[in-house]
Amino acid sequence: MATIYVDDRPYEVDPAKNLLEECLSKGLDLPYFCWHPALGSVGACRQCAVKQYRDENDQRGRIVMACMTPAMDGARISIRDKDAVQFRAGIIELLMSNHPHDCPVCDEGGECHLQDMTVMTGHNYRGYRFGKRTFTNQQLGPFINHEMNRCITCYRCVRYYRDYAGGKDLDAFASHNHVYFGRHEDGALENEFSGNLVEICPTGVFTDKTLKQHYTRKWDLQTAPSVCAHCSLGCNTIAGERYGQLRRILNRYNAQVNGYFLCDRGRFGYGFVNGDRRLRQPRLLQDGESRPVSGAEALKRTALLLGRQSRVIGIGSPRASVEANFALRTLVGSRNFFSGMAPGEEHLVARMLHVLRGAGVRTPSLCEVESADAVLVLGEDVTQTAPLLALAIRQAVKQAPRRQAMQLRIPRWDDAALNEVMQQQKGPLYIATPAGTRLDEAATQCFRGAPDDVARLGFAVARALDATAPPVRGLSREERAAVQAIAGALRKAERPVVVSGSGCGSEAVVDAAAQVARALGGAGTANLCFTAAECNSFGLGLLNAMGTAEAFQRVADGLVDTVVVLENDLYRRVGRASVEAMLASAHVVAIDHSATDTVAGAEVAFPSGTFAETEGTMVNNEGRAQRFYQVFVPQGEVKPAWSWLGELAQAAGRTELTGLRSPDDLLAALGRAVAAFEGLPERVAGASFRVNGEKVPRLSPRASGRTAVSANVNVHEPKPPEDPDSPLAFTMEGYPQQPPSPLITRFWAPGWNSVQSLNKFQAEVGGALAGGDPGMRLIEPVANGAAAYTDEIPPAFRRRAGEFLVVPLHHIFGSDEQSAVAPAVAQRSPGPYAALSPEDAQTLGVQDGEFVEIELDGGMFQLPALLMSSMTVGVLGVPVGIGSLRGVDLPARSRCRRV
Amino acid sequence: MLTQDERNRIRAEAAHYDHPQAACVEALKIVQEHHRWVSDEHLKEIAALLDMSPEALDSVATFYNLIFRKPVGENVILLCDSVSCWIMGYEGIRAHLKEHLGVELGETTSDGKFTLLPMACLGTCDRGPAMMVGNELYRNLDNDKVDEILARYRHPSGA
Ligand code: SF4
Ligand code: SF4
Ligand code: FES
Repeated sequence: MATIYVDDRPYEVDPAKNLLEECLSKGLDLPYFCWHPALGSVGACRQCAVKQYRDENDQRGRIVMACMTPAMDGARISIRDKDAVQFRAGIIELLMSNHPHDCPVCDEGGECHLQDMTVMTGHNYRGYRFGKRTFTNQQLGPFINHEMNRCITCYRCVRYYRDYAGGKDLDAFASHNHVYFGRHEDGALENEFSGNLVEICPTGVFTDKTLKQHYTRKWDLQTAPSVCAHCSLGCNTIAGERYGQLRRILNRYNAQVNGYFLCDRGRFGYGFVNGDRRLRQPRLLQDGESRPVSGAEALKRTALLLGRQSRVIGIGSPRASVEANFALRTLVGSRNFFSGMAPGEEHLVARMLHVLRGAGVRTPSLCEVESADAVLVLGEDVTQTAPLLALAIRQAVKQAPRRQAMQLRIPRWDDAALNEVMQQQKGPLYIATPAGTRLDEAATQCFRGAPDDVARLGFAVARALDATAPPVRGLSREERAAVQAIAGALRKAERPVVVSGSGCGSEAVVDAAAQVARALGGAGTANLCFTAAECNSFGLGLLNAMGTAEAFQRVADGLVDTVVVLENDLYRRVGRASVEAMLASAHVVAIDHSATDTVAGAEVAFPSGTFAETEGTMVNNEGRAQRFYQVFVPQGEVKPAWSWLGELAQAAGRTELTGLRSPDDLLAALGRAVAAFEGLPERVAGASFRVNGEKVPRLSPRASGRTAVSANVNVHEPKPPEDPDSPLAFTMEGYPQQPPSPLITRFWAPGWNSVQSLNKFQAEVGGALAGGDPGMRLIEPVANGAAAYTDEIPPAFRRRAGEFLVVPLHHIFGSDEQSAVAPAVAQRSPGPYAALSPEDAQTLGVQDGEFVEIELDGGMFQLPALLMSSMTVGVLGVPVGIGSLRGVDLPARSRCRRV
Repeated sequence: MLTQDERNRIRAEAAHYDHPQAACVEALKIVQEHHRWVSDEHLKEIAALLDMSPEALDSVATFYNLIFRKPVGENVILLCDSVSCWIMGYEGIRAHLKEHLGVELGETTSDGKFTLLPMACLGTCDRGPAMMVGNELYRNLDNDKVDEILARYRHPSGA
């Protein structure tokens, strides 16, 4: 700790930080542009000027940039000094000289850091009377709007996009007063994290194009803390609504999870909530005709199907909340509750949970992955399956070279200097996958092989780390060299992380990752990061459901009268024939937010809410339980799934759900029923929670039109909807100040209207949220107990003539069921294909784009060949969730021929 | 398409460095030497040769104002407009050049012979006003001298 004096007041600070960070951490207002807590300082904008004095006798002092000056013990600075104030006002005047002053038509208006800083410096009247330079804007694809005239040349965008996110297609062009930030030609920004430009850019140059299509000012959006529903990482988000439509997703900072960033799937995948595939009215299927009916009529029909004599089973869902799944489990009984995951995935999730809850390993948070100094990725294309994990790994590879550079006594925040020393050096990152991945470019070495060979590599690394691990026989010389290199790097590292998941569908790969972690951990624990397919895969996994395949078996055996399917399109899980057999031989009641094929075939269907219209808990890949809150009251008869289940039970005269009328009730019961959830209910801010006796408002005090928004229907101001289920309110009334961190509905502070107001919500800038980051880890390492090695090591992959191993390839845009139908994401999704190595293509005699036929699960699929030079020979990749190939458990062997 | 010779020269330059990107300015100069300017197509080819994104290369190319990203004439005239030349009569020379060539600063004559560009300093302040045509430096200019110089470039063989 050090003491600095700001305008003669002493402050205790961390000398490893710079003056700007520390001033902001102490709650002082000091304007800035180019500095960003995740990007560090470069001193480019000159906005954060302060006066620094040698000692208390120094009367003159000198102007320094706070972001470029260490918070050294004894430092004396002034923010209020006349020269500093004038300097800062002058800088903003210069920055603004070419700015078009078009705030009223700018999407950033009202949440603009440039507006805030301009007001803060007191620059009110412009002195610049001359012509302004104007630029031509670019079409940057479906996500980002470009309006270059508003640029103040802070360079944050390129520093984020290139240096932080590893993007290649955004840069700064030209010089002096016509520096231009964009691509070399029009086209969609290629980086998977481009959406963060919206929050990184302090002006209206890069804005959310999906928001533009139904634009609403920040203060008019009804917002609530939410959790991303599009992969297993569970990034924290703020979702905003107006007029019954979800209008945008913003990042919600959580130092342990997503930090400042989201991926483009998470940010722009919300369109499904407003989509025309939504189910808004219950439906009945009669004589092959599906017709909308009232809730009462649908319940009446269901009452018969769920009656006491009826043999009922429930199929849960990895995209439904823990509460909804538990409600179904409670209704049908745990012996009749099936997970609803694809059988292969279900098996892998169970396996991963088993490993993580066993000895020797620890599941790291994303933040911990970011600070790893050696990473081994086994089998997982993380950029596609768990995007933000890839962003974290891109930071991890900078750890080792940065540590070296810092030995030259360069502070951690001095970004330009560190980059200069680090150049393009990368710390150890090893990737073993069946096909090339976007992260390969950051890797020390990549290894290509069928899943079994990826696993063997992992097992061999474990053996190299610990001689008591079982050996792997028959490795090639090349593989042995790779194994030695990987083991050496992991052993040398202080914070190594092993990353794997269910992405390539291989149990051996999961086991191999566990083996490496155990070997690495020795007597302690090593970090093992698993990813699963969906947002609540792990939450569902912890509910100990029965296997999906068994549900179908029971129906086939005639042991079931009625199946209740919760938010699950079964066609994505098992083969078409199985689903159709179930629909034909049992009464199927489906509850879902969208009209899936399963909903279409169900006898009765009830419309449930999406993540934005309900409240609940999801458990992410780290085992972190996180609550998402309802954003708005949906139209039509849409209700939370758990609420429909309660009504169903009541209508059928069943008592299982009696007394479980809210997410709080369900969570409390869950905490009692399932050990893994013990302690969670107490940690969640439930419906009765109040801050100073008040609820937390979802609307800002500036929200406009409250008395007029529904005047076309009725001139009387409607009563705001009540929210009996959460401590949030659907109004602008309530606790006016900062709520506890899990209940942050928006980032705003007096004078700070933009997302940069986040500084005011953190205990320390760039650190945890005040009061701690939300979420509760349900999986902690077991203190002791010997980690047993498995000796089930698969034999090397052997290709058979004329046959391929078909593996799943994931796509950030297209593979996730919910986001895939969002219009912006759909535009970026690839079409169906069969990816194969050029060598195999030649053997088959196919050219790129020509059709091949494969046989899977008894079905024939014709797909255009995609020649992929990084594809393992003998392996064929098909895109997950794209095209007609659904419900097939991969990897699987298949013949393949040219059509 | 870049010629084989250009490619070879670029590769040779790149071989001098640990990272081929370090040769990007040289590569741009080589291409400009052959084609007078660097087109989008050429830019992409160079980027691929040096393992760079077109953005990264264009960022360098556009930073330097002597790398031309638009077509220029056979001869590029760089007229010095810095303080010393201005004192010594730059404005008169500029007016004369504009009239003589029939173009504004930044433009190319319709016959494609000349492009007229301003230049911040040619490093010859003691002999202003000065200009460069191609790689030649001309100093102590007056209108007659300018006419004479331009004539030489108009009819190179008739010297
Ligand atoms: S586009 Fe935005 S982030 Fe980039 S330099 Fe301009 S103002 Fe800064
Ligand atoms: S899809 Fe995954 S990585 Fe992307 S924002 Fe959502 S949770 Fe985060
Ligand atoms: S924030 Fe310090 S110079 Fe830009």
